[in-house]
Amino acid sequence: MIQYIPFIAVVCMIFIGLYAAMFRRNLIKIVIGITIIESGVNLFLITLGYREGGVAPIYTSLPSGTVYPEQMVLPVPQALTLTSIVIGVAVLALMLSLVMHIYKKYETLDVQEMRRLKE
Amino acid sequence: MDKRMVAAVLAFTIVTVFFFFSIFLIHPFGEPGQVRMDDRIIENTQNESASNNGVTSVVFDYRGFDTLGEATILFSAVAGVIMIFRRVKE
Amino acid sequence: MTEMTRIVKTIANILFPFTMIFGLYIITHGHLTPGGGFQGGAVIASGCALLLVTYGSRWVLTRIKEKRLAAFESMGAIGFITIALLGIVFSMVFFGNFLAGSNLLFGNVPATGSTLADLNTGGVLPLMNFAVGVKVIAGLFVIILIMSYASSIKEWGQ
Repeated sequence: MIQYIPFIAVVCMIFIGLYAAMFRRNLIKIVIGITIIESGVNLFLITLGYREGGVAPIYTSLPSGTVYPEQMVLPVPQALTLTSIVIGVAVLALMLSLVMHIYKKYETLDVQEMRRLKE
Repeated sequence: MDKRMVAAVLAFTIVTVFFFFSIFLIHPFGEPGQVRMDDRIIENTQNESASNNGVTSVVFDYRGFDTLGEATILFSAVAGVIMIFRRVKE
Repeated sequence: MTEMTRIVKTIANILFPFTMIFGLYIITHGHLTPGGGFQGGAVIASGCALLLVTYGSRWVLTRIKEKRLAAFESMGAIGFITIALLGIVFSMVFFGNFLAGSNLLFGNVPATGSTLADLNTGGVLPLMNFAVGVKVIAGLFVIILIMSYASSIKEWGQ
């Protein structure tokens, strides 16, 4: 059980984000929920690539006595996480721009209110 | 509680139970399963891409196409933000 | 966004050059230490966001236009793709590392195992770090600048 705790943390973060994205009515809170889901996915990728007692895969002044490749964490999930973080920033900026535009048009952030105003 | 709310709660519960039971099928924390590709990259990053940093050599050399797509996404996000606010200019 | 008080301005004036130098260090040493183009670009863009919060978006827009920032971002993207295409010419592979092993710029190959930091290694990786760094700086700064300016004015003109 103890070795599954990081995965449980990942699942809890995805739950919190999913709850906020599904059951909240404020648009800003929905955006925050989507960002929390994305953090959970990043944590999941990092967790998959960890090796017991590993150091970062960087050779500049490596700690003495390190056996490679057995004591280095996997580099490919870290690179994919790096890509994912920048994509997350771009998508967050786009979502917040749309929310600003929606607020200017309807003068509310409640999705139910917005649906009533549209009809 | 209307019909949409019931459907939402049901979907949320199903996803929750599925995720919670599927984490026990993954390998334990700290012991990755398939490591042949990563071991090859770690061993050859100093010879092939002449770089001390394994992550940077993966990002720009071994998996350059991912970075190309990511740069495209950043570019289109900037273009989208400029397009959304183009009428704001006075 | 309006201007802030003299205390905030003084602290921002002191901290801004250090932020720039730290971000440039992260970009330059991207192939030796943790970091790279994305991270250093994000550090410099957050330094520019500090400037934006302190002095207001109108003051920043009199200094630099967002068209010029968009041109910088396109320059970064074009440089990135150009270096990738030069790989086809010199080493037959898209994203090929044609500078590694040659005795040109960044052409050294480090010894195997734990080594000291040698800035003259890496092949095309430092050049790509620079291109992506310019791209990320300009992209994030133009996003923050336009959103800040749009939230500061009253009428949008639907």
